[in-house]
Amino acid sequence: MVAPALGDALGPRARRRAAVASVAAAAAIGFVIFVAVRRFADAGQFERRLWEPFLRPEVHRFLWNGLVNTLKAASIALVLASLLGIVLALGRLSRPLVLRTVSRSYVEFFRGFPLLLLIVFGFFTLPRLGIGLNRFWALVIALTAYNGAVLGEIFRAGILSLDRGQNEAAEALGMRRGQSMRFVILPQAFRRMTPTIVSQFVTLLKDTSLGFVIGYEELLRTGQIAGEFFRNSLQFLIAVSVVFFVVNFTLSRIARRLELRQRRRYKAGTIEVAGPEDLVAAGLELGKGK
Amino acid sequence: MEVLLDNLDSFEVGIRNTVALALASFAGALAIGLVVATFRVSPVLPLRAAGTTYVEVVRNIPPLVLIFLFFFGFPNIGIVYSPFISAAIVLAAYTGAFVGEAIRAGINTVARGQAEAARALGMTFRQTLGLVVMPQALRSVVPPMGNLFIALVKNTSLASTISVFELTFVSKRLITDTAQGLTVFFGTALAYLLLTLPAGWVVGRIERRAAIKR
Repeated sequence: MVAPALGDALGPRARRRAAVASVAAAAAIGFVIFVAVRRFADAGQFERRLWEPFLRPEVHRFLWNGLVNTLKAASIALVLASLLGIVLALGRLSRPLVLRTVSRSYVEFFRGFPLLLLIVFGFFTLPRLGIGLNRFWALVIALTAYNGAVLGEIFRAGILSLDRGQNEAAEALGMRRGQSMRFVILPQAFRRMTPTIVSQFVTLLKDTSLGFVIGYEELLRTGQIAGEFFRNSLQFLIAVSVVFFVVNFTLSRIARRLELRQRRRYKAGTIEVAGPEDLVAAGLELGKGK
Repeated sequence: MEVLLDNLDSFEVGIRNTVALALASFAGALAIGLVVATFRVSPVLPLRAAGTTYVEVVRNIPPLVLIFLFFFGFPNIGIVYSPFISAAIVLAAYTGAFVGEAIRAGINTVARGQAEAARALGMTFRQTLGLVVMPQALRSVVPPMGNLFIALVKNTSLASTISVFELTFVSKRLITDTAQGLTVFFGTALAYLLLTLPAGWVVGRIERRAAIKR
């Protein structure tokens, strides 16, 4: 059955055409793969010597260590960035003009700044200002500063996506603003945002690789070191890509699952976003808030 | 302040390279994205599978890893390019996956009836997509494209790791070599801001131009 991606199911003639095109496309893709494999073979990149390190337990341990460091930095940054994000979202939705302006400026500033430079700055300049940070914390703080701004926007979207009746009902019950936020709005908003937070973790994991530039031993750095040691950087970089892919793909799948489950359960729209780029892809605009 | 003025010519070259890199890779990303989106809605199964695989693979690997793989790994199989070209290719490939997803989301916003009407008129897939659906879809993806461009401008900073002489490379050197890190930091922030601001303006213009009066 050919899925009708556009319009109705295909008729007999179109189906025949699609079948012919399928064979041609499969052949073309097969040819591309063949050429790629040939290239590897011709360059001698399949030699046993180059792949043998992956059988050694000490190499496993070394790469595993890198992965653990990546996960550690990303998860601590996720927790801190979430806290910061909540503060920023509440700040932007609060009444006092000062709070709104401060949180808004924070978000605008850090969203538009390359994370790489933020990390370099945290590691090289903050110590000169009397804030000494080791590699780990320089990375975590830069990740937090940047992702806090992004999460703040996501949280704000989540809070605004709730029906205004929720807040009105809370007010009608005589709740104060803070109470309404705490007991009515935030619990619901959080449930809606769980998938988003999981996908933001994927973005964070990807961003952690930037720790490379300050010498933090995350997965990319360990892969690079091992590749130089065994003189097979291509193989180790492929391995690093595969590990990143497996971890992130699994997480993306979990996020997707959660999102579908929520949509079934609450019917209401969840915000389907994952990281700044995905946010964009989902058509939800950042920073164009009222 | 002096540190910025003293190195004004470095900054100028850096900004010029950042702009060139961003524009070159964005052009590539648009082309890749268009192809990927077409593949993903095509009735031809192998093409759909190829499109999905591409998007999933590229999206789940950090762009820095992709840059390293291309620049340090691929020379082993005889693919050698200059740092600038390498960065442009990888950033185009990476952003292309997101552009493809944005266009696909745009295609999904076009009312089903449009494609059905085209099919009822006997149009083929290519005609349906190219003449009816895509022109409408592309209009709705203008604002997300602006955001993707801004994300791309920020991602060009990754090129500094393979020593492309762009804005981040310049300011990274000044941050590590001088005691004026703070000034350099804010100066660079301002420069990036000035680079991304026009994007919003251009997007607004294109959006108004492309809008359909209904």
